[in-house]
Parts: sequence; C-alpha cells; structure tokens
Amino acid sequence: MIGVDDLRVSFGSTAALDGVSVRVATGEWVALIGPNGAGKTTMLRAIAGMARSAGGIVLDGRPARQLGHRRLARLIAYVPQHPVLPPEMTGLDYVLLGRTPHLGYFAVESGADRRICLELLDRMALADMAGRRLATMSGGEAQRLVLARALAQQAPILLLDEPTSALDLGRRVDALELIDELRRERSLTVLSAIHDLTLAGQFADRLVLLRSGRVAADGEPATVLRDELLSDAFGAGVGVLRTTNGELAVISHRQRQAAR
Amino acid sequence: MRSRLPTRSVGAASAAPADPGVDPPRLDESHDPSKARGEAGRRGGPAWNHPPAARPGRAALAVLAATAVLLVAVIAGIAIGPVAVPLGAIADTLAAHLPWHPPVSVPPLDSAIIWQIRLPRVVLGALVGSMLAGGGAAYQGVFRNPLADPYLLGVAAGAGLGATAVIISGGSLALLPVAAFGGGVAAVAITYSLGARAGQHNDDPALHGAAGTASILLAGIAVAALLTAAQTFLQQAHSQTLQSVYAWILGGLSNATWSQAWLLTPYVLVAGLALFAHRRLLDVLRVGETEAGALGVNVPRLRLVVVIAATLGVAAAVSVSGLIGFVGIIVPHIVRLTAGASYRIIVPVSMIGGAAFLILADIAARTVQPDTEVPIGVITAAIGAPFFLFVLRSRRARADAS
Repeated sequence: MIGVDDLRVSFGSTAALDGVSVRVATGEWVALIGPNGAGKTTMLRAIAGMARSAGGIVLDGRPARQLGHRRLARLIAYVPQHPVLPPEMTGLDYVLLGRTPHLGYFAVESGADRRICLELLDRMALADMAGRRLATMSGGEAQRLVLARALAQQAPILLLDEPTSALDLGRRVDALELIDELRRERSLTVLSAIHDLTLAGQFADRLVLLRSGRVAADGEPATVLRDELLSDAFGAGVGVLRTTNGELAVISHRQRQAAR
Repeated sequence: MRSRLPTRSVGAASAAPADPGVDPPRLDESHDPSKARGEAGRRGGPAWNHPPAARPGRAALAVLAATAVLLVAVIAGIAIGPVAVPLGAIADTLAAHLPWHPPVSVPPLDSAIIWQIRLPRVVLGALVGSMLAGGGAAYQGVFRNPLADPYLLGVAAGAGLGATAVIISGGSLALLPVAAFGGGVAAVAITYSLGARAGQHNDDPALHGAAGTASILLAGIAVAALLTAAQTFLQQAHSQTLQSVYAWILGGLSNATWSQAWLLTPYVLVAGLALFAHRRLLDVLRVGETEAGALGVNVPRLRLVVVIAATLGVAAAVSVSGLIGFVGIIVPHIVRLTAGASYRIIVPVSMIGGAAFLILADIAARTVQPDTEVPIGVITAAIGAPFFLFVLRSRRARADAS
C-alpha cells in the first residue's frame, strides 16, 4: 500500500510537486500520466526516498521517512526510465544486484540468493541470459532483466518509471502483460509512469493525471481518459475513441490540416 | 484487451504459486527452447545447479594465476641483479630465517645479498605495488571513472609537498615518510571536504544531499594544482636540494630496508582487507549512484569509507617509495580486460598483480643500465604502456570478431 499525502518537492524556487495526494491499495496498479514535466518521475523518486520532499508518505502502514536505506529498498523496488546496464556484467550478476538490500554490509550472496535470481531469470524466460553479457541483449531482454532485478528485491511495492519507453509496440504490450501477471502472482502494488495513454488505460486499474505538479484527475481509466481533461492537460487536441470491444484509444489531432 | 484480462489473470493468479505444472500465459519469447529447459528445471533437476557463469570459480582462478605470476616475480626479483644468485641459495637463505629451520649453510655473501639487499626491496616493491594498484582499482570503482588513478584526489601532490618541506629544511630523513604520509592524507581530506561542501549546492537528490562525484574530482584537481605549485615554489627556492627532491618525486625502491617494509605492512593489511571487503558494493556501484541508492546502499558513506581506506594505503606506500606513476591506473585496467570487469576480481587481482608488476619493473630499473638505476616510473610506463595497448588491441579484436 502506498499512501501519499500533500506531497511537495521543489527544485530551487520551482515546485515540481505541489501538494499531491494519492493512495494505491495493495495489489493495485495505478498509472501516473501527464505531460512532460508534470512531476511523474519526481513523484516516483520522492516515494522511493530519492528526492527531498515534504508531506506524508506511508508504505504498508509505515512512515517512509523513518525507514533507513536498506529497509526502504526491501519495501520498494524502483526501476528508473533508463537503467544503467554495465555492458560487461552478466545477466545473473545483474539480477543478483537486486539482493543488495537483503545482504549485510560485508556479506556476499549466498546459494539461496543465487537460486532466487536464477528462478527469476527462468520465470522471465531469460534462463539463457544468466551467463551472457548485458551488451549482447536486445531491448526486450534487457527490459525483462531489469524487471527481474527489481523482483529480486522481493519488495511488495514496484515503482516503474516508463517501463516500456525503449520498446516497440509489440514488446510494450508483452512487457505490460508480464508486469500484470507478476503483480497478480505476487500481490504487488504497482505505481508506474506511462507515457502511452492508450496502454495506460488498458493495463492500470486507476489513472492519476498530473499537471504542473498537481493531481488534475484521479479515477478509473474511463473517467480520466476524456477529451477535455486530456486536451487541457497536454495543451493539444486530444481525442478519445472507443473501439467496438470497449477499449479506449487516445489519439492526437493535428493543429492544422495536413497539406494535400 | 481489457476484456481479455480477467480470464488471463485468473489463470495466472491461481496457477503460478500453487501449481507449477500449469503455466500462466507468458511472453512470446517464452516459447523458445530456453523455456523448455526452464520448465524442466522447475519440476525436477534444477537447471540452476550449473549456471554458465560460475563466478566464484572465475575469481579464484584469476587470483591463482596472479599469485603464480607474483611468485615468479618474487623469485626473479631475488635472483636477478649485478651478482647472480643461485636458486638453491635463495631457498636455503629463506629456510635459514624460519623459526625452526633445518641446518643449512649459505655462503655469507649470498645470504647478505639475498636477505639484506634484494628481499627487502622485493617485499617493499610488492607492498607498494599492491597499494597503488588496489587504490587505483578502488578509485575507479567508487568514482565510476576509468581515468581515475590513486593520485586523483591529491595524495601525490600533498605527499610531494610534505617530502619537499622536510628535504629543504634539512630535517632528519626519518621524518620524510611521516611528512609525505601526512601531506598525502591532508590533501585528500581537504579535497573531500571542499568537494562535499561544493556538492551541497547541486540538487541531485539521489545523493541525499551529499556531493556528486564530479565536484569531488574537480576539487581534487584544484587541490593538486595548488599543492604542486607550492611544492614547485619551495623546490625552486632551494635549488641546492633540487637533486634529492627530484629523486624523491620520481620515486623508487633503491633505499629499501626491512624497517620500511615493516612500517608499511599494517597499512597494507588494513587498507587491503578494507578494499577487498567492499568488492561486492563496488559492483553494486557499477549501475550508478542513483540506482545503488535505490538498492539500499548508502552511497556517500560507502564512497567515504573506500576513499579513506585507499588513501591510507596509497599515502603509506608513497611515503616510502616516492611518486611511482602509472601502476595505479594501468594494472586495474589490465585485470579488467583480461580477467573480468567485476570488482570481486579487479580488487584482489589488482593488488596481487600490482605487487608482481612493481617487482618486475624494479628488476628492469636496476638492471637495464649497468652502473645507475633508471627511475622506476620510467620503467612502469615503458613496460606498462605497450603491454596495456597490446591487451587493449587484442581485446578489441576479439570483441569485433565475436
């Protein structure tokens, strides 16, 4: 469970988050949407303890500010938009990094840690990647590997910043399906920033629309994905279409007619 | 797609934890052969009993190989010199210094050459080399910068200033290592506190308000420049001691004694063990400070502890050997290119390999010219640079071919 109450983050004199309150129930998937600079990444970083913030953050009933680095990392697995992938590192070594919050300062990974990570590689259809260097992996493989590292933390809360931005459309759907499966399988609480509004509406239980560091809308996809709300937030002509089987698709309108 | 989700999710939720036989729907890629192997692993014979990258074995192998090279270097370092010493005499002399040794007789001249002249020099070279290379490896890891060397934060400039001050003031030469050590440590302390303070204005929240590495590195450059200027000024103002100041700056092992080796040993042990103990955390840092922080690592504290350990070791080494260049940057890179990029390999193997490298360089330093010694820094660069380029080239060629 994530409870964020009147969260404020400022960089110098500019407020990046200006009093945001959001709740994500255990096992729920909430997607943060909004234009560039609306505060999606800042919000994820603040919850993960990586940005100085004011206001309340409660994680599974515990105030986040009272938790140390390690305790926080056992509660939250954070995946940045562009994870650093050391090219010479092997797949297994990379996933083993996820065990860091469970290891003592001078400890090294035990057989049990390796087993957990090899099982995760297996679960992510990456069994062959254990000994391969990260430099040799495709975008889709690398993305699943990063997810495997996050799951190796065995944290109940997953914070994902644009988890699919580097993938083609097919891999995007694959990756989001996988996240959804894992969430249900492990009762994970997921809060993710997603640029693609259509995909956000398809996968998340709830959408939170951020605009200039404030919550502009919060609710089920059908209540947030509305023409006027989105056009207003994104400052462009945005239309929401409903397909014959009830899915919502978000498209943008050109501001001028295309020259023919 | 939304309409499809419920049916899928029921399958996934019920199947995965309870019944490994029934699989939840997966990604497309999961239908390739790797999946089949994975399934077999989950049911019966675990596929993970034989992971392809047996890392502990690899590290052990690299350590073993480096140790073998070190052993050869030690023997060569004792045997080679103006007077050739037979291997039997080396073994006998070493045996004669064991607490309960068999009765051995070594010609007194051989014994004196081995025990009083060559061995202290070899041991000191090994200790200094291990600290320079280990310190370089640690700095490269903690600053995530391949150009980092152990002198990055001003150790060399501070030690040089301390040594110069003692030499020009005509103080006791016994004070020289103390002044060099103090100067080196003080320089890094100044760098670190200045860099950390400058960094508080930068707004990278990932670092919990501590300095970014960039501001520490820049502070190091500024402090080194300032101290070098002061050292050069003192050196030029007292031109009668120019020769001995210059000799110290170039570095070398020609004055090696057992007492120096004993003086250095505790620093090498403490710093070496401390750096070795941080090998896994240095690997975590390879994904960057932000992500390491998100994985629960207190990055500023880790950085400070590693810098303190490396600085104590390097300053102690420099205080007895002078400023030997190039070892600290080249040895870790050779290890990285040949043995592996994990700091679990780089840290221990650099320390062993650095010891071997400096012993070998010292052999060359005292033998290439018949009557005088070549400065060891000239040798480390003259051997090290071509060897490094060779390793770099062959590595590139292999990478291109694969």
